[in-house]
Amino acid sequence: MSTADAALTQKFDWSSESAAARRRRRHRADRRLRTIGVVAISIAIGLLGILIVSLVSTGYRAFVQTMVTVPVYVDPQFVNEDDPSKGNYRAIVKGTLETLFPEVTDPREQRELARLLTNNTQFMIRAKVVADPKLIGTTFDIRVPVSDPFDQLNKGVIDRDLPEDRRKINDKQIGWYDKLEAEGRVSTPFNWGLFVNSDSRFPELAGLAGAIVGSFYALLVCFLISFPVGIAAAVYLEEFAPKNRWTDLIEVNINNLAAVPSIVFGLLGLAVFLNFFGLPRSAPLVGGMVLSLMTLPTIIIVTRASLKAVPPSIREAALGMGASRHQVITHHVLPLALPGILTGTIIGLAQALGETAPLLLIGMNAFITSPPGGLLDASTALPTQIFIWADSPERGFVDRTSAAILVLLGFLIIMNGIAIFLRQRLERTW
Amino acid sequence: MAGYVFLLILILSVVGYYVGRSAGNRFISGTGAGAGQVVHSLPGYHGAFVAVWVGIPAFVLVLLWLFLQGTVIDNLLLASLPASLTEGQSASGIQLILSEIKNVAAGRIFKEPTPEIESAAAVYLRWEAIARWAMVVVAIAMMLIAMVVARGRLSPRFRARNNFEFVLSALMIFCSMIAIITTIGIVASLVFEASEFFRRVPFNEFLFGLRWEPQIALRADQVAGKGAFGAIPVFTGTLLIAFIAMLVATPIGIYTAIYLVEYSSDRVRATVKPIMEILAGIPTVVYGFFAVLIVAPAVRDTGSALGIAVSPNSALAAGAVMGIMIIPFISSLSDDALKAVPRTMRDGSLALGATRAETMVKVMLPAALPGIMGGILLAMSRAIGETMIVVMAAGLIASLTVNPIDSVTTVTVQIVTLLTGDTEFDSPKTLAAFALGLVLFVVTLCLNVVALRIVQKYREQYE
Repeated sequence: MSTADAALTQKFDWSSESAAARRRRRHRADRRLRTIGVVAISIAIGLLGILIVSLVSTGYRAFVQTMVTVPVYVDPQFVNEDDPSKGNYRAIVKGTLETLFPEVTDPREQRELARLLTNNTQFMIRAKVVADPKLIGTTFDIRVPVSDPFDQLNKGVIDRDLPEDRRKINDKQIGWYDKLEAEGRVSTPFNWGLFVNSDSRFPELAGLAGAIVGSFYALLVCFLISFPVGIAAAVYLEEFAPKNRWTDLIEVNINNLAAVPSIVFGLLGLAVFLNFFGLPRSAPLVGGMVLSLMTLPTIIIVTRASLKAVPPSIREAALGMGASRHQVITHHVLPLALPGILTGTIIGLAQALGETAPLLLIGMNAFITSPPGGLLDASTALPTQIFIWADSPERGFVDRTSAAILVLLGFLIIMNGIAIFLRQRLERTW
Repeated sequence: MAGYVFLLILILSVVGYYVGRSAGNRFISGTGAGAGQVVHSLPGYHGAFVAVWVGIPAFVLVLLWLFLQGTVIDNLLLASLPASLTEGQSASGIQLILSEIKNVAAGRIFKEPTPEIESAAAVYLRWEAIARWAMVVVAIAMMLIAMVVARGRLSPRFRARNNFEFVLSALMIFCSMIAIITTIGIVASLVFEASEFFRRVPFNEFLFGLRWEPQIALRADQVAGKGAFGAIPVFTGTLLIAFIAMLVATPIGIYTAIYLVEYSSDRVRATVKPIMEILAGIPTVVYGFFAVLIVAPAVRDTGSALGIAVSPNSALAAGAVMGIMIIPFISSLSDDALKAVPRTMRDGSLALGATRAETMVKVMLPAALPGIMGGILLAMSRAIGETMIVVMAAGLIASLTVNPIDSVTTVTVQIVTLLTGDTEFDSPKTLAAFALGLVLFVVTLCLNVVALRIVQKYREQYE
């Protein structure tokens, strides 16, 4: 008998000190792995928390806008009553500031004073006067946004205690602003401009309307292409296709397309849609087409899964009643699979909504100051607008970027919410 | 215009449907031609048969017309231009002339156009109008002819259902081939533009050169007009950032999966999984902004607190944020792989007295390793192809370094910077982006294929 066998047959003392120590060590290792797991999950959740907190804490500021109400006297000497759109509205703004601050007479100081209001004040007054020419010769109150630095001052981003040369605005300007505030002219209402205005070089005027409309058009095109094509492809592959090398090739292809980097689709769009077919740059139509190519694999995969989930007994029963294979699919299988297909489609569209890189390559990151009127107009999309604003140096655009991200995330939450709702309400288990 | 044409097609298709259906109804009621015979198809199929033959050919025609009209008119216009205008012009010069003609035609006049340009613009406008109306007329004629012909084929014994279903099948086959067409389109466009690039820059120089300075090659007459297209620094930068991302994501992802599979209660699982899905669903541009706003300054401050000068767009910040993005990817794939290990193996190990940690490390992980490796490869391919985070947070200058606190650039960053703004299709600068895109596509494709193979093979083993 060898020693090893002897050791095996010998009675092992489980309660010995060494055995207990080994047990403790093994359990310690167990607890350690568990703790590491908890730490890993906490890190992941914590990072998500930091991300959201940092976005909300910078973004919430952009949802309110500092406005100032000023009395405007539309001097008939500057504006012609017959053609109110052509008038010297700059002078009217100047006159307004002079009545508010009669003590400021130095031209340089007047220029500094004019920086308090947004650059577009004159156009806002013009719009009002053009809409109602009777205002000429009268004084009326108009509420305009203050320019970005003062907006930041009001929101506490620009620190008053900083030495003057390290601030964007000097002490005198702060004094004027404080005077306006003391007169009760300053208010911070909800910033509707964020949703009504389009892009602008001035943060206080920049809004998301153009980007939202552009994204909507692009998603519409994406849906109109990828939904029918995706369902048709999935139905063919799942229900009709013979199992052969050709269909295998298609399947491998679809799986690989789902993993191709999004920027490669952008290159495809640039080379084929823009360069070869000559479609216009920056158009939501092209954006939607590129996005639909990216969404297609998702929709095909999801649709096939929901078709698979419909039990074969349904098909067999319908076939038994004399329905053709097409009738089985269109009358029975597809309606039953539709909730799953819709869920997957919405999730696919939500992914498409957040996609940025391919849109950059087809030029949807242009500076465009009006919402697109159609599918072929130049436009931006929500994610590319975020990219443009993130690149802008003005302080106000940091807040706007975060706010735009919150809007984008809001849309994503709504879309995913609808998808979850559909799944829970309509999907049946067999 | 195009919208109205599509609307017209839709309307005529509906008309065709009703024409066909009423014919079918008459067959059934025995009032039409061939009365008394047994009717093969339901009236709706007669209608659908006419509708598809009216709608689909016209739709395809209009689509092709719209796609090709621009190119055809451009070429006709070029051919008609006086030789004095086009002679000795490069491709980009001719493009400039074309766009000037179009601008003049659209009324956007920046400088006084020459008479040649002006007459060309008038010709352009006329041809465009002709093309537009020709399209409408041809489409309508085609639809009407199709309606008459299709209606003429209807009879009680006509197999309208089979015919319609045949068209439907053909459509479905075409739709399922779009995936292949897309792939072919990607490969063809990348290879075509890249081969154009390699005609100017030798293949070896691109793949093994150590200097990447494409911006210099803006003008041909510049001193260093050739620019440098050695992509090695770009590749190393990409790999560095992807490596940092994997360094962040792999441990967190795998440990998360281990905890969720082995230790967590159902309630914890039900909360953590959706959170991971949120992390996966956040658009990458948001991560990019997060990197710029929070992570890069934090990395920089930490560095300066330690007395190290960190570049403002360090590889570390971009890689770390990319790692956050990839965590849910790795954790869910590892989760799947661990779950696919047969329960009997786990139970057997536990029954022999192994602790849960021992079971996990010595039984489950080895068994799930191929699947996890496949997941890591997939994540790697995603990290290499990821664009927005690096465009916003990584640098533009290609430097050959593996120092994570330096600024490096990546393939995707270079593609975006080379192609945003004005793009001309004949400068090596633009074409270089396609060469980079080709490399990116090939590398990610290989990673994906290998990863999918591994995952599949392993799955089969236990099924």
